[in-house]
Amino acid sequence: MRYSVFSLLSQGLRGNTGWKPAWRQPAPKNQYDIIIIGGGGHGLATAYYLAKLHKRASIAVLEKGWIGGGNVGRNTTIIRSNYMLPPNTHFYEHSLKLWEGLEQDLNFNAMVSQRGVLNLFHSDPQRDAFARRGNAMRLAGVDAELLDAKQVKQLIPVIDIDNARFPIEGGLFQPRGGTVRHDAVAWGYARGADALGVDIIQNCEVTGLDIEGGSVHGVHTTRGDIRAERVGIAVAGHTSVLAQMAGIELPVESHVLQAFVSEGIKPMLDTVVTFGAGHFYVSQSDKGGLVFGGDLDRYNSYAQRGNLPTAQNVLTEAVAVLPAVARLRLLRQWGGIMDMSYDGSPFICKTPVKGLYLNGGWCYGGFKATPASGWCFAHTIANDKAHDLNAHFTIDRFERGHVIDEKGAGPFPWAQ
Amino acid sequence: MHRIKCPFCGERDESEYIYQGDASVSHPPFDASIGDFYRYVYVRDNPKGWHREWWHHVGGCRMWVQVARNTLTHEIYATAPAGGVLDFPEDA
Ligand SMILES: Cc1cc2nc3c(=O)[nH]c(=O)nc-3n(C[C@H](O)[C@H](O)[C@H](O)COP(=O)(O)OP(=O)(O)OC[C@H]3O[C@@H](n4cnc5c(N)ncnc54)[C@H](O)[C@@H]3O)c2cc1C
Ligand SMILES: [Zn+2]
Repeated sequence: MRYSVFSLLSQGLRGNTGWKPAWRQPAPKNQYDIIIIGGGGHGLATAYYLAKLHKRASIAVLEKGWIGGGNVGRNTTIIRSNYMLPPNTHFYEHSLKLWEGLEQDLNFNAMVSQRGVLNLFHSDPQRDAFARRGNAMRLAGVDAELLDAKQVKQLIPVIDIDNARFPIEGGLFQPRGGTVRHDAVAWGYARGADALGVDIIQNCEVTGLDIEGGSVHGVHTTRGDIRAERVGIAVAGHTSVLAQMAGIELPVESHVLQAFVSEGIKPMLDTVVTFGAGHFYVSQSDKGGLVFGGDLDRYNSYAQRGNLPTAQNVLTEAVAVLPAVARLRLLRQWGGIMDMSYDGSPFICKTPVKGLYLNGGWCYGGFKATPASGWCFAHTIANDKAHDLNAHFTIDRFERGHVIDEKGAGPFPWAQ
Repeated sequence: MHRIKCPFCGERDESEYIYQGDASVSHPPFDASIGDFYRYVYVRDNPKGWHREWWHHVGGCRMWVQVARNTLTHEIYATAPAGGVLDFPEDA
């Protein structure tokens, strides 16, 4: 069913009794042409773009829980393309362009809101670094504006511009950045893929890979064995677990990242702001809650919950940037497992096993990548060859010395 | 909140420590291959379960402590000084 003003009106007149489920609940078949492991944003987007490319292929997405239960439904919803290193700049800009047309493409309201992303700076050297990044972006055709303190104050009147410890000197603004309703992304891609014939199979955990003679021939799951000559892994926090099933060594560690939502308040913030003297990012949802987060907990973890020292740190930063929030109450808090790579950049690539493809290493920032990640991964699986946009996101870049370390943090995944 | 028992100072909050990563890797000999150094610097088992790791007691005695901790439950099994032998669960 196509969603439109007319379907809304006619359903309204019929008491909303005629809506159909947005995707089927098929039982797994014995065999598919292509299997995608992981029903997060990236797995679902991959299936959608693959089905578009390959009209006749039979494709399944296998999800161990329910779709949208992983990081795609746990993130702080920020999208942007303000990267400096060329492989990242071009890839994330492609993603932002796909976001701009996503709702029309999917016929689904994902509440893509280009409200702008503002990175604050607090010192002269930081201004220089941000100006350099902004210039690199503009050279690549990405929008970026360097704002001074007065312009920042105009944009966000409630901000503590004269903070005693970390006065705000200005910010790097990307007007086309913003937020997207994260679970609508999972649902929109699921609905789009399902309509193109993709089987989305939930409660189906992959427990092993069938690899023989250096090629993959299928997967073992909690719902039986399924054969496929091409298998894509897109399991985010569980990337290492799946790679180990294939005997592949990876420069990845799993770490927990927390997110926070305050009680709903009247509109006070109409852009995304990040604090440059620590690590803190905040936006206000349409329901009125402030949605924010900060650093990882900084120890290996597969538990989808964090600890209080990090929460305290994030809340301290919130008050430093926006003192007015000090009296607000927290409504919700949760954690998600990040697949932290050793240079902060992802993998979208072939693996040493023929027919097995890897999508992972997304760190904090994989939500904004969702459309381009699915698009590039679909291209890579369909052609058995990377697209130019993801050609650098290989596993062997570390051994070859071609790391893409945007932050310059060195080989410490918890510091990326 | 993790409560980590420093072999020198006793049980302390995690906020007194800085995490320093996987303690199961060790430096290869200087004439080892590029591949060995690559694995030493970058490749980690990243287990879902028991993990040997380093915590640096910066907010206390400043010694490095080995910790056997479960990455799924955040349970701590044992700790040991840097040169000591770390008790590790049988099933891991
Ligand atoms: C708190 C938090 C805040 C974040 N904020 C932002 C942000 O503001 N902006 C941004 O760009 N990014 C952000 N991110 C990062 C982003 O959410 C992730 O990088 C991205 O969602 C990961 O890709 P995914 O959607 O495919 O992951 P997921 O949704 O986690 O999908 C992976 C799926 O694989 C499934 N799976 C795992 N193992 C198996 C198996 N064996 N068999 C079958 N299925 C399996 C899981 O159940 C899961 O559903 C944030 C993340 C968190 C946790
Ligand atoms: Zn101590």
